[in-house]
Amino acid sequence: MEEETHTDAKIRAENGTGSSPRGPGCSLRHFACEQNLLSRPDGSASFLQGDTSVLAGVYGPAEVKVSKEIFNKATLEVILRPKIGLPGVAEKSRERLIRNTCEAVVLGTLHPRTSITVVLQVVSDAGSLLACCLNAACMALVDAGVPMRALFCGVACALDSDGTLVLDPTSKQEKEARAVLTFALDSVERKLLMSSTKGLYSDTEQCLAAAQAASQHVFRFYRESLQRRYSKS
Amino acid sequence: MKETPLSNCERRFLLRAIEEKKRLDGRQTYDYRNIRISFGTDYGCCIVELGKTRVLGQVSCELVSPKLNRATEGILFFNLELSQMAAPAFEPGRQSDLLVKLNRLMERCLRNSKCIDTESLCVVAGEKVWQIRVDLHLLNHDGNIIDAASIAAIVALCHFRRPDVSVQGDEVTLYTPEERDPVPLSIHHMPICVSFAFFQQGTYLLVDPNEREERVMDGLLVIAMNKHREICTIQSSGGIMLLKDQVLRCSKIAGVKVAEITELILKALENDQKVRKEGGKFGFAESIANQRITAFKMEKAPIDTSDVEEKAEEIIAEAEPPSEVVSTPVLWTPGTAQIGEGVENSWGDLEDSEKEDDEGGGDQAIILDGIKMDTGVEVSDIGSQDSEEEEMIILEPDKNPKKIRTQTTSAKQEKAPSKKPVKRRKKKRAAN
Repeated sequence: MEEETHTDAKIRAENGTGSSPRGPGCSLRHFACEQNLLSRPDGSASFLQGDTSVLAGVYGPAEVKVSKEIFNKATLEVILRPKIGLPGVAEKSRERLIRNTCEAVVLGTLHPRTSITVVLQVVSDAGSLLACCLNAACMALVDAGVPMRALFCGVACALDSDGTLVLDPTSKQEKEARAVLTFALDSVERKLLMSSTKGLYSDTEQCLAAAQAASQHVFRFYRESLQRRYSKS
Repeated sequence: MKETPLSNCERRFLLRAIEEKKRLDGRQTYDYRNIRISFGTDYGCCIVELGKTRVLGQVSCELVSPKLNRATEGILFFNLELSQMAAPAFEPGRQSDLLVKLNRLMERCLRNSKCIDTESLCVVAGEKVWQIRVDLHLLNHDGNIIDAASIAAIVALCHFRRPDVSVQGDEVTLYTPEERDPVPLSIHHMPICVSFAFFQQGTYLLVDPNEREERVMDGLLVIAMNKHREICTIQSSGGIMLLKDQVLRCSKIAGVKVAEITELILKALENDQKVRKEGGKFGFAESIANQRITAFKMEKAPIDTSDVEEKAEEIIAEAEPPSEVVSTPVLWTPGTAQIGEGVENSWGDLEDSEKEDDEGGGDQAIILDGIKMDTGVEVSDIGSQDSEEEEMIILEPDKNPKKIRTQTTSAKQEKAPSKKPVKRRKKKRAAN
């Protein structure tokens, strides 16, 4: 399985990259994902993008406190913990973004009056953290068997001062960029589920189109990793 | 979530097995589970797996002013967090007892034993010292958190490199990692905690209890020792009464175990050091085993973004223009503005039709003339509610409840979803 993806990458390198007018290497970093690595949570996944690594654990559908109960669907909770220090406002806002994305895809109405908790732990941060969190959350939800209407993925891109687009930026590229945009896309029609941007930029649609192209690779990665796990051969 | 209670038959089974010197996972009485240490790309980051118990440790440093009564010593700060993914019972409010106990034990083991040389952390006496912060996160709880946490802490501290500082007279220069190689901390010895679980009032003893065994144990004895057989901390909890020779026996066992674990730690540190020096790949990505069916890797993938501009045009062409236009605000008096018109007052019509309330255009108006006190309206409603009606169910939770409350009762009836006015009407008739 891995040898095949390796050769695919080589073929693409020969044909594709040279013609990209956007910039020197529009490429995603090395990806890795491991599922079901923790024994207590119902589903868990560790997602690595280059040096950025996030561990996600999902509990659900499980008992919910009466104060948080919703009578016709599941209560989705997302908890994001940074590696150093106590969680602050930035974590709260990221939790909200991830929760809104998950609520859009999880079929909560199949499990009313229950809770689905997604706990994310930042293991190392080297750029594109929100995108990595989204990917880890999706893989963990799949591992837990939570019913969803589509898979989702996060793609981050950075625009530097000359307008060059860089996908999956490292922390150095993010710091020097003029704007950083993170998109969450769904797997069925590559529609936009969530976008979080910071900085000064004017060409949203081009970034979105690039993110859609990148999401194709991410979804192929999801599919291949799940095929490896569930296929009989 | 509440902890699932342990059934009596499971408890009896575990205790009977222990009496017959059998453990559920097949270990012997004095056997430790497999310890696996992996390092991340930044210095001071490590994940320790003790069987299935997993702890993430990260060390960071900062220049701060020293404590007033210790002007020449650096500051050490430990923080162990029980993440909510470690066990369903670990909720923010619920774990305080266990958390305090573990944190206190970690502090005694590492700070009071003086394993880190705090004098070497001083930069300018009385003004600037290094504050070393150790953050430990429990990722999966399968018993014996304290051992795994102490191993993670000491490994992270040994792995950590702080930026180099040089002092020349009055000038202090802090070098970035690019300018000068970062410097390791000065560590005298490595204290490691070893836990002993006691069963049946001290008759039976097990080393490294897992989660099930911890649930049925009577008491726990934790001995922190280093490889020179010096005891750094000893703690007995659970109210078991131990004899002197039991404690001595445990300390002998701890000595043997600590020696083994220290060797493992040194080997792991050495391996990581070697890989970094040779320029090989290091980090968590490398520690994911290739052969596992649940793990998958993909190499760097170039993306073809040459047709991005055409796609962008497509997106703009296909997108619908925003449907509603928000009308400009009208300023009535300073401090009072109105945006939009709101829906027509249809109080009179409600007797015949069940009008479904739509959101109308843009924002709804907050009509401020003739408004009653919020609290007044609410209290009266609740009063009559209790006596006659069962609970009111708000059918459409997306509707902003705030808007409903700030309007008068009449406006309330017209703005609220269809079921609400029906109930209100019934109440009024009953009252009459």
